[in-house]
Amino acid sequence: MKKKSSARQQKQRLGFGLLTLMAILTVIPIVAVVVYIFVLGAPAVNLEFITGFPRDGMRAGGILPAIVGTFYLTLGTAIFSVPLGIGAAIYLSEYAPDNRATQLIRIAIINLAGIPSVVYGLFGLGLFVLFLDFGTSILAGSLTLSIMTLPVIISTAEEALRAVPQAFRTVSISVGATKWQTIRKIVLPQALPGILTGVILGLERAAGETAPILFTVAAFFLPRLPNSPLDATMALPYHLYVISTQVPGMPIKIQYGTALVLLVFVLSMNLIATTIRSRARARRQW
Amino acid sequence: MNKITIENLSLKYSDGTESLRDINLEIPDQQISVIFGPAGGGKSSLLRTLNRLNDLADVVEREGTIKIDDQDIYQPGYDVIQLRRIVGMVFARPVVLPMSIRENLTYGLEVAGIRDPNLLENVLETSLKKAALWEEVKDRLEDPGVALSGGQQQRLCLARVLALEPEVILLDEPTSGLDPISTGKVEESLQELKKEYTIILVPHSVQQAARTADQAAFLLQGELIEVASGEVMFTNPQQQRTQDYIQGRFG
Amino acid sequence: MKINFRNQSRLGEFAITTLIKIAGYSAILFVGMIFLFLMLEGLPATRQVSLDSLLSDRWYPIEDYFGVLPLLGGSLLITLGATLIAVPFGIGTAVYLSEIAPRWLREILKPLVEVLGGLPSVVLGFLGILVLSPYLRVLLDLPTGLSALTGAVLLGGIAIPTVVSVAEDALDAVPKSYRDASLAMGATEWQTIWRVTLPAARSGVLTAIMLGVGRAIGETMTVMMVTGNAPIVPKGLGDLFSPVRTMTATIAAEMGEVANGSVHYHVLFLIGIILFLISLVVNVTASAVVFRSKKSQDRILS
Repeated sequence: MKKKSSARQQKQRLGFGLLTLMAILTVIPIVAVVVYIFVLGAPAVNLEFITGFPRDGMRAGGILPAIVGTFYLTLGTAIFSVPLGIGAAIYLSEYAPDNRATQLIRIAIINLAGIPSVVYGLFGLGLFVLFLDFGTSILAGSLTLSIMTLPVIISTAEEALRAVPQAFRTVSISVGATKWQTIRKIVLPQALPGILTGVILGLERAAGETAPILFTVAAFFLPRLPNSPLDATMALPYHLYVISTQVPGMPIKIQYGTALVLLVFVLSMNLIATTIRSRARARRQW
Repeated sequence: MNKITIENLSLKYSDGTESLRDINLEIPDQQISVIFGPAGGGKSSLLRTLNRLNDLADVVEREGTIKIDDQDIYQPGYDVIQLRRIVGMVFARPVVLPMSIRENLTYGLEVAGIRDPNLLENVLETSLKKAALWEEVKDRLEDPGVALSGGQQQRLCLARVLALEPEVILLDEPTSGLDPISTGKVEESLQELKKEYTIILVPHSVQQAARTADQAAFLLQGELIEVASGEVMFTNPQQQRTQDYIQGRFG
Repeated sequence: MKINFRNQSRLGEFAITTLIKIAGYSAILFVGMIFLFLMLEGLPATRQVSLDSLLSDRWYPIEDYFGVLPLLGGSLLITLGATLIAVPFGIGTAVYLSEIAPRWLREILKPLVEVLGGLPSVVLGFLGILVLSPYLRVLLDLPTGLSALTGAVLLGGIAIPTVVSVAEDALDAVPKSYRDASLAMGATEWQTIWRVTLPAARSGVLTAIMLGVGRAIGETMTVMMVTGNAPIVPKGLGDLFSPVRTMTATIAAEMGEVANGSVHYHVLFLIGIILFLISLVVNVTASAVVFRSKKSQDRILS
């Protein structure tokens, strides 16, 4: 009897050990990536790097246009995708009946979420750059990125809205509020932290994407700041791609420095989103 | 004087539950009318037809009329929003909105476009006093509503309803989550309130029904079995089924 | 005291409700638009290039060779390799996080995995070129480090967070009572995981895998940077060590150089249609699996 159970215990210990090893092997690369880029990129990043313009065919100087470009693209994406995404989430959570049409909407969202980013780039090229003649511009790039970001915002926002207890809505209606008043005054404010987290995570992805902006907005050698939404612009992800694959004699330090700036941009958004999420959880009144 | 007249009311939901069958009932003014019966009998449904809260549920069929002050509340063009102010509801679990005590009370007024701070303060104080809560919270109106105890929260919900100057107050098992002392306080308040308002109560026990009812109606599986005064119903009911239920032979 | 109540304007309420409804349906509009545009620009290719030619094994646009087979093969090979890495590691980590790790550790590791999911793929491709590729070249004594293998490893790493996240949620959703019942009958925790918990979360885990595969197929930048970009039809798993070209990388690399309206341009859009359809099938199937099994689960439990 004892022999049998200790064999099972051994099997368990082995199994647990294996899984623990797997988890470690999964996590270590993540830490390694971040640490590696920080260590190798930090020497390149100084004030001039962040605020200066590139010189010598991008081989020296700063990357300010790329930083500004990514900032504008993220802003542009937010302008289009946030109101639309939250609106769609409100529809799905508060208004949509349980029927075929609503199912179709959900399938469409799942679909949008799965489309490869380069296909978005193709679409953006075809529709915004060529057909609507916006040209290679921040406008075209933002619109493309917005549609790509839409499903993320809609799913997280809908989840946040649904988490608000139904009882609040019932009570609100029972004292004479309309549906929209209920949403505006109670449901939306309560869901806001969750929605915000989702928005920031969505925008974080948009900021880091290269393929959708390849043909719609990104320029490599454009060492000046964009003046209007119809201008093309440099952008951090695209910049990193080009300098690491297409420019001979590019100093490694600058490559790592650029990667570091992009990483910091993205990770800080992640940090903000996570902080909002945990703060809100603590302060909830339900 | 009959405040509410229900005629031939039938109700069916899309999944077949909680339907009402041919209800005929008169609710007199300035009395506590009690609607009691076993679970699933349609009591909540009946209550929700009175403030048209069941407009939000998927009702498949509705027949009959409900008249308040001789006005059919289901006629096209009827002001449903105003109806819900006139007919207030207190739910089984106290639902306190995620705001301060003050904001909870003024919510109904705010959505009705009332901004005058003096008016709001007046209404606040009056309704809290009527709900017997004023003394306990007058110094902590800015505290979040959830900071109150269960019994206090329920009285807050009552005050919230009173702030809109209703004419009818519906209470759906309002004391089911409360301790006996809080329950007693609520029942006391009802006796005071009935002087001004029409009270309709779904009790959470037969005993509570017996304690509070001026008029009692027994609802079983969507059908109105018997209606009588409180005294008669709980000492000498006419129908066998009513007697069986009151004596606890089923439930 | 008679208060003067003022109702919310009915017109205003209607206007806002309409706007919200439009926003709700916008997703359908966008999917439709994307599909429409891809078709518009991609279908002409079927008229300009014969089917035989498209299915040939030579992709050399400069000399009018438009065989998509090498690209399809490249995508498939890399996705297969990525799946072989992502599934065991992803599910293993998910099981670890959900069933074995102590709560405090889980609170640290789960966000960490999420961070990996948020890393821009271009950054991973970048490290792939500078770090992983030379390392693999030296380690395995290969002529070049820019191969399908490098791509598969990186892609596996990119897919893992998706798999972990969805699978862990699925495992977490299994009711505690299932585990308790198993343990009460004398099974060890290990046996419980494999015989009770994992099967119960089967549909969610399947979804996780499918979504991970979907992510891998659709990845562009990483593969473009590390797979060597040689459009040759892979003949077997041995070709894992040679350079390949995926469909995604092809579009990304060549779109910038095509003349608008040329045959090459249309064929690239055609490849886009293929990618769109693949992702459609994978993602809709994944969600249908979850939906259907949730329904049957409900039926069993009631």
